[in-house]
Order: sequence, then structure tokens, then C-alpha cells
Amino acid sequence: MRIAVIGTGAVGSLFAASLSLLDDVEVWAFDLNTEHVEAINREGLHLSGAGEVVGRPRATSDAGELPPCDFGIVATKAMHTEPAIAATAHAFADGCVATVQNGLGNEETLAGHVERVIRGTTFPAGKLLAPGHVQWDVKGDTTLGPYDARTPLAEVERLADACTRAGMPAHAVEDARGPQWRKVIFNASTNPIGALTGLTHGRVCERPDLRALVSGLVGEGKAVATAQGIELDADPEELIDHAARKDVAYGHKASMLQDVEARRPTEIDYLNGGIARFGREQGVPTPLNEAIWALVKGVEASWTQS
Amino acid sequence: MTRVVVAGAGAIGSLLAAHLARVAQVTVLTRREEHAAALRGQGLRVSGRSEFTVELDATADPAALPAAELVVLACKGTDLEPLAVRLEGRLSGATVMTIQNGLGAEDVVAAHGGWPLLSAVTFMSGTRHGDTHVEYVLDTATWIGPYRETTEADAQRVAELIEAGGLKAEAFPDLRPAQWSKLVFNATVNGVAALTALPHDFHFAQTERLADLGHLVRDLVDEGKSVAAAAGVELHDDPWEMNVLATQRGHRHYPSMLEDVEARRPTELEPINGSLVREARRLGVQVPLQTALYRLVKAREASYSE
Repeated sequence: MRIAVIGTGAVGSLFAASLSLLDDVEVWAFDLNTEHVEAINREGLHLSGAGEVVGRPRATSDAGELPPCDFGIVATKAMHTEPAIAATAHAFADGCVATVQNGLGNEETLAGHVERVIRGTTFPAGKLLAPGHVQWDVKGDTTLGPYDARTPLAEVERLADACTRAGMPAHAVEDARGPQWRKVIFNASTNPIGALTGLTHGRVCERPDLRALVSGLVGEGKAVATAQGIELDADPEELIDHAARKDVAYGHKASMLQDVEARRPTEIDYLNGGIARFGREQGVPTPLNEAIWALVKGVEASWTQS
Repeated sequence: MTRVVVAGAGAIGSLLAAHLARVAQVTVLTRREEHAAALRGQGLRVSGRSEFTVELDATADPAALPAAELVVLACKGTDLEPLAVRLEGRLSGATVMTIQNGLGAEDVVAAHGGWPLLSAVTFMSGTRHGDTHVEYVLDTATWIGPYRETTEADAQRVAELIEAGGLKAEAFPDLRPAQWSKLVFNATVNGVAALTALPHDFHFAQTERLADLGHLVRDLVDEGKSVAAAAGVELHDDPWEMNVLATQRGHRHYPSMLEDVEARRPTELEPINGSLVREARRLGVQVPLQTALYRLVKAREASYSE
């Protein structure tokens, strides 16, 4: 089996390094960061922290080098999905491409370039420490499911099995929208609040007025999910309260707050923007998500001002 | 010659004091004695739309204030209560005029003395360049109306005095329509600017794409208008049109709430956005977006201690 990981930031690297340990899988790592690619080819791909792994994927920044693959795993930031799949789609003419990215709309973008798409949601996290070296912060499960009837469940199961054997537990399900929307609603209802106020997750949640705003965002997200017949696999409200505990993620600065502080483009278009777009399609109003979307786009616009 | 006390020498207080000093006997009440000493020694210079320097009297000691016919309270809303306390029992015989943003300034002052009261809102703007130099930036008018034991004729006399000094002013039989127009405008524009770090520029009127800020600004204004309507106030100006006009002037105005947030100072959130949200609740009007905006800026202030 041949798998290409498209985008080897933290999450992509976790998949690429782990999968490359399997004897029956040949792994390619595609990334535009040439320093990272060269380091991987020279010294291997090192994971440390929650797991210690030295993987040996074949890395390249040249999409033309990618051979035909059975599977793709797309792990870029959501705003890079379109150029990433446009460059690499040729390798998946007879394969399936899974997204393990954040947000909504990635599957639709992939389906514009490849025939068989796998919807995926993944919870492990880490950060790129140096070229060729990723810190693995938390382990977590991945859920995979066919995007539409063109993707056979058996193929999804084959990819999930490989991931699980590689130490990245994955489940194949008929409908993977539940975990995806649960994660999106969680992120869309908390990350931008942290980004706009500068408060950590715990401090957002301990302010009753702000926690009520979070619930307003969650409520809109749930209504959009319900309108599509999606059953969430867990209540985002409970996950939000759980994460606010002092022994869990009270002091965690949302990744979007870190992005805003570093003036990096955020994934807001694919979180609150995604909920707003799907809401419009379903005729479900999402005024709070639209407001938060516009405010964070405003923050991004302020960086290009003099 | 009319004797005037201008209490507070920020940008608005300095502009009023300097222009009035050309036609009246002005004493400035400052918070810092060194500020008063600098004004006594060097006078007050105006640049920009007017170019002149005037001599005037100044003190930081309320007990040293001479008798006056008119007292203008030109401090920020957040400083009004302590200023009114300093004036308690003084300046009997004077008419006191408030000029703060938001709602409720008159009642704060009324609680500390029995002076006849005038209300004002100002649309002019300036930039302080030190204690004795203020730049006159926007030459828009100050509007004045009766509040307690005053008439439109009293407002008219003060408007004429301000006009004689070289600023623009207009008297109204009832200031509430103008005050509410500015309230809705300020709550919306200042709040959005504080959260996005955008000056009041073209983004605030942009409505091409779904995530453009103009949609949110218009929705916020619509909520504010519904509160005004429930309060029985017919707005003098449409705050959305005020917004569009201001963004077309090409001057990239930095609302004070944005400057306050960037300097990590307390903002005028309570007298402006707080007033609007509380009025909405009192009148039973739903304002979910203004409420979200208020909560986010409130939380932003709380983040100063992070």
C-alpha cells in the first residue's frame, strides 16, 4: 500500500512518521517547506513527547515526484487545501484522499479534484519544533468515513486499519460528520472568543456572560448540524466545560489566539465561516457565527493597514 | 465677558477651552497641577483647522475656581463621577453642560449638585500633542439641548458663544434624537474597532462578501435603532449613513475605544455600549449582537491582567 501525506506540519508529520513504520506501507511526505523536506530525507522524521518515533517517509516538495498512491492524507491548514490538492491530484487518480484537517468545506474542495474522498477528523496534536522534528503533545483518535457513495467503506477501513496498526488509532464509520461537527462547533465557539478577547479557554468559560455567548454559538452550530441530519457524537457544551477545568486546559491559549498574536491567517473561514455557509444552505440563521466571522476577518484586515 | 470653566483638558476640553478663550474668560480645571501650570505659563496652542495660541487661566484645585456662568464638563465618561464629586458644593449659579459619549452623564452630575443642566454631544475631534497643544482634526458640530431647569434659549446662547469662538455648534429643543444617533453610532463603530484593531475606515461599510464587516455594522445599527424606537426616540441621523459618510471622508479615524484597548486603559464601554444594552433590557428589546459586542469588549478589558 502506498500513502502520500499532503502537508507535513505537526499533524501530517504524526501520520507520516507513524505510518512509515509499517512494513507493508510505503509513505511519501509532500510539503512546500524545503528545509523540513531535506531534514526528513537526511535524518528521518522525528516525533517526541507523547510517543517517540523516527519515521523514514520519502519527502518531496515537488508534486511531480509523487507516484500513483492508494491513499492521500491531506493535513494542510484549511486555506491551503485547494492549491495542495490541485498540485497532487494526479497521484490519486485510482486512490482515495482523506482529509484530517480542521473545519468545514475541505471535503468539497478535495472532491473538486479527486473522485474518492474520505471525511476525517483527528484529535492528536503537536507542533513543529525544527525541520524534521515534531513535538507530539497529545494522542487521540481519528474517525474516517466516506464523503459520498463513490468512496467504498472497505477502502476507508483499509486506511483506518493501517493508521491503527501504526499507533494512530482510527475508526471507519459510515457517517463521519458527527465527530467532525462536534469538533468544528467546539472550535468555532471557543477559539475566536479567545482570539478576540485575549483570554485563555478557562477564563473565557468562567465569565458567565461570555460563557453564555459561547453557548449561543454552540446552539447555532447544533441547529445547522441537526438540519442536515447530523447526530453529534458528544455534546460540545460538555467538552467545553471539561476543557475549562484547571487540570485540563484552563490556561490553554486557543490556536487562533496564538495565530492572531503572531499575525498569521486564521482558519475562521472554515470554522464560523463554514457554519454560516452551511447555515445559509439549510436556511438556518447563524447571526452570532456570522458576527464572529466578520470580526476575526476584520482583525486579519487590520494587519495589512499601515 | 462670560465666565466659563472647562473641566477636563483632553482633546475635546482643550479645543473648547482654547476657542472659548477668544470670546470668554476661561478657566481650565485640570487633574494635574503641572498641566495647569503649563497652561498658565504657555497658553494653549491650536493647530490644524484653526491656528492660534491663547492665554487662559488654569488650576488643578476646584476650590480656586472663580465664579462662572457656564461650566463645561469635558472629561471622559469614565472620569465624570470623580469630577462631579470634586465640584460638589461649588459653582452655584453656573449652568453645567455635559458632553460625554453615551447615556446617563447628566444624571451622574445631577446627583452631585442642583445646577441647571444642559446636554451636549460633539462630533468634532482633535488630537492632543502635549499639555499645551491640541490639533483640531474634524470640524463637525457640537449639539446642545436643555436637560434640567434650562430651555432651548439657554442652549442657543451657549451654541452662539461656541460659534463665536470659532467652533461649530447648534441648539436643539430636545437633544435625545441626536444623542441616541451618536450612541448607536459609537456603540457600534467603537466596539467593532476595539475588537478588530481597525480604524474607522472603508471596511466598516463594505458589504460585498458574506464575511464583510459592513453586514455586521448594519445589523448592530439596526439593533440600536430598534432600542431607540422602543425608547420613543426618533433618531436625528441614521447611524448607518453616519458610518458610511465617515468612512468616505478618507480620514482614518482611530476611535478612542480602540486607542484605549491598545493602551490597555479602561474604555468608555459602560456609558456607551453598556447604556445601550441596559436600555434594551429595560425596554424588552432583543439585541443579541450588541450584547455580544459588549461582552467581548468587557472581556478584552479583563484580559489586561493576563
